[in-house]
Amino acid sequence: MIERPETAVPSIAQRNLEGYVGFANLPNQVYRKSVKRGFEFTLMVVGESGLGKSTLINSLFLTDLYSKDYPGPSQRIKKTVQVEQSKVLIKEGGVQLTLTIVDTPGFGDAVDNSNCWQPVINYIDSKCEDFLNAESRVNRRLMPDNRVHCCLYFIAPSGHGLKPLDIEFMKRLHDKVNVIPLIAKADTLTPEECQLFKKQIMKEIQEHKIKIYEFPDTEDDEDSKLIRRIKEKMPLAVVGSNVVIEVNGRKVRGRQYPWGVAEVENGEHCDFTVLRNMLIRTHMQDLKDVTNNVHYENYRSRKLAAVTCNGVDASAAVTHEPSAPSPLAQMEEERREHVMKMKKMETEMEQVFDMKVKEKKQKLKDSEAELERRHEQMKKNLDAQYKELDEKRRVFEDEKVNWEAQQRILEQQKLDASKTMEKNKKKGKIF
Amino acid sequence: MAPSPGLLLNGATRYVGIDAILEQMRRKAMKQGFELNIMVVGQSGLGKSTLMNTLFKSKVSRKSAQPNPEEKIPQTIEIKSISHDIEEKGVRMKLAVIDTPGFGDQINNENCWQPIMKFINDQYEAYLQEEINIDRKKRIPDSRVHCCIYFIPPTGHCLRPLDVEFMRRLSKVVNIVPVIAKADTLTLEERDDFKQTIREELRANGIDVYPQKEFDEDAEDRLINDKIREMIPFAVVGSDQEYQVNGKKILGRKTKWGTIEVENIAHCEFAYLRDLLIRTHMQNIKDITGSIHYEMYRVRRLNESNAGPGLAPGQAPTLVSAHTNGQTKVNGGPPNGMAAQCEVLTHEM
Repeated sequence: MIERPETAVPSIAQRNLEGYVGFANLPNQVYRKSVKRGFEFTLMVVGESGLGKSTLINSLFLTDLYSKDYPGPSQRIKKTVQVEQSKVLIKEGGVQLTLTIVDTPGFGDAVDNSNCWQPVINYIDSKCEDFLNAESRVNRRLMPDNRVHCCLYFIAPSGHGLKPLDIEFMKRLHDKVNVIPLIAKADTLTPEECQLFKKQIMKEIQEHKIKIYEFPDTEDDEDSKLIRRIKEKMPLAVVGSNVVIEVNGRKVRGRQYPWGVAEVENGEHCDFTVLRNMLIRTHMQDLKDVTNNVHYENYRSRKLAAVTCNGVDASAAVTHEPSAPSPLAQMEEERREHVMKMKKMETEMEQVFDMKVKEKKQKLKDSEAELERRHEQMKKNLDAQYKELDEKRRVFEDEKVNWEAQQRILEQQKLDASKTMEKNKKKGKIF
Repeated sequence: MAPSPGLLLNGATRYVGIDAILEQMRRKAMKQGFELNIMVVGQSGLGKSTLMNTLFKSKVSRKSAQPNPEEKIPQTIEIKSISHDIEEKGVRMKLAVIDTPGFGDQINNENCWQPIMKFINDQYEAYLQEEINIDRKKRIPDSRVHCCIYFIPPTGHCLRPLDVEFMRRLSKVVNIVPVIAKADTLTLEERDDFKQTIREELRANGIDVYPQKEFDEDAEDRLINDKIREMIPFAVVGSDQEYQVNGKKILGRKTKWGTIEVENIAHCEFAYLRDLLIRTHMQNIKDITGSIHYEMYRVRRLNESNAGPGLAPGQAPTLVSAHTNGQTKVNGGPPNGMAAQCEVLTHEM
């Protein structure tokens, strides 16, 4: 009897469906959603001026991103290395692609080229940082992905090997971005020279342990055959062209020489079609995935480890912005600031309130005093009037009394008079 | 009117034989042989060695001379001089190809021209020392750099700061012939645009490349040289492999879209460069080096040794005879050799 262990790992059993459920439609849903959303892709081209970077971009996307009216940065040699970005929106078959081309004019052109890779590194880091901040925000509905997905490095077709500048640059950038080395202006080389050159370059890349972009292994036989063929051809030798030439009745993109026409899209002439297929048709999503899962995660862990380790952002010393700590610290800061602001506002308001209260009180007191005064005054008036009236009454009383007295006297006199008359009458007839 | 000898005598052709001097000179020159020192300067991978091999149709370059060519870029600039004796139709030539591996290959290329300038000046110095010797050799071995071929990478846009710096400094001490290397990268229109830009930049920076305008001797020279100046810099392609084209064996490069013929004027300007350097202007190049560049160096050198407390250490001033470099002026002055030399010089210059 076979004993089943108690702690058996639950296995996912495969079941057969009895009818059509419909989740086979999932890829279509995903497809429809992504088509609606559109795609973003950022491509960086690095190399000395005059290696045909702008021409190659135009050939890759079959549009004139750099045209006569908007000349590419290669038309003038810059004094310092700059990083320029140009965004284009291209549509094909209903699918939208927001393509950002990052160019680096001035790279490797000066007499002294030490640290000419620094602006490039800074740019890539700043884009990763933007994404990190956007990811850590509270509201992250719109998260534009501006990270550099792929860096095409142009190697001059010397035919010998890599230059010290090439090695330095690739060593510093291979763990920040997908580096795809290309042999520029490959129509300089004959097929034998090209093979030797490629072998030499791959040898040097392995020697210096440079990790260029590796194609993912697939289980599909056909795909893996294709991938193996591509791997053999690395680094890809490309030729670009802005002009269309007629060859044997066909219109092809190519370069017209007195001895023939080098066709851009001819697999025997150069590896341009391989590059285009790889970059756009088959591996664009994979490049984005590797950028997201590998390079970005590396950056993120480095950055956050530096912050949590010290409490102070140690990696801020590397970047150019001294006041940009990691999102956690930033949130703390923000919260603190917010609280402080609130407190300040509170005290301010209280102050204002006090002041207003005082004012009001003062006003009331004033008006009270005023009223009192008036009251007093009126009372005085009234008193004065009373007094007057009293006086008048007294006087009137006095007069009345006097008059009454007089009246009485008069009456008395009258009485007296009448009395006397009577007396007289009595006496009288005397006369 | 003095009768010119040999002409006015009865109209009959009385042959004196003055023109036979040409034959004598020719014989002497054949016996002596010629010397030519060419320096090639440019970044690695521009085809310098291949071009040298193509110019002289034999393996004269440094790479061919090295038994085991190591392709490593040297950390500092080295100057390697390889000498060959080649012969054609009885004319012997001692050719020295001076290569400068490591030029312009580092990340920091500041002062990468200094070793080269030092080398050129050292050659002048060596010649000067031989010249001011009391016991001079009959033929002073001439190791002075006659011509410096500067390889411009075919970017198609303009000269790089490094190119401008280098050519500016070196056009004062040596004849510079700029060439556009690996010109099969450029289509004909791009090539013309590029050349135009380069010529303008050279003019703007005051760089005088060979053939220098100021050294044209007469109208005929000027005509020829003007035509050459219109074409500078030459767009060259080098190759030491032969292919069959139209039944002929020619030097070229075979690509999938065609074969580039090195000596075909429609393809590249190698033929013009070769004619300039070897077939028509070789003597002129050597003359200018000898009579102008070297003399300038000499004046500077002797002046500073006269002004200063003596020549540089390691080079003791020697008494010189009154015979100065082929000039007819005889100096019977004071026995103070160096001062006399300087007096003569300042008078001549």
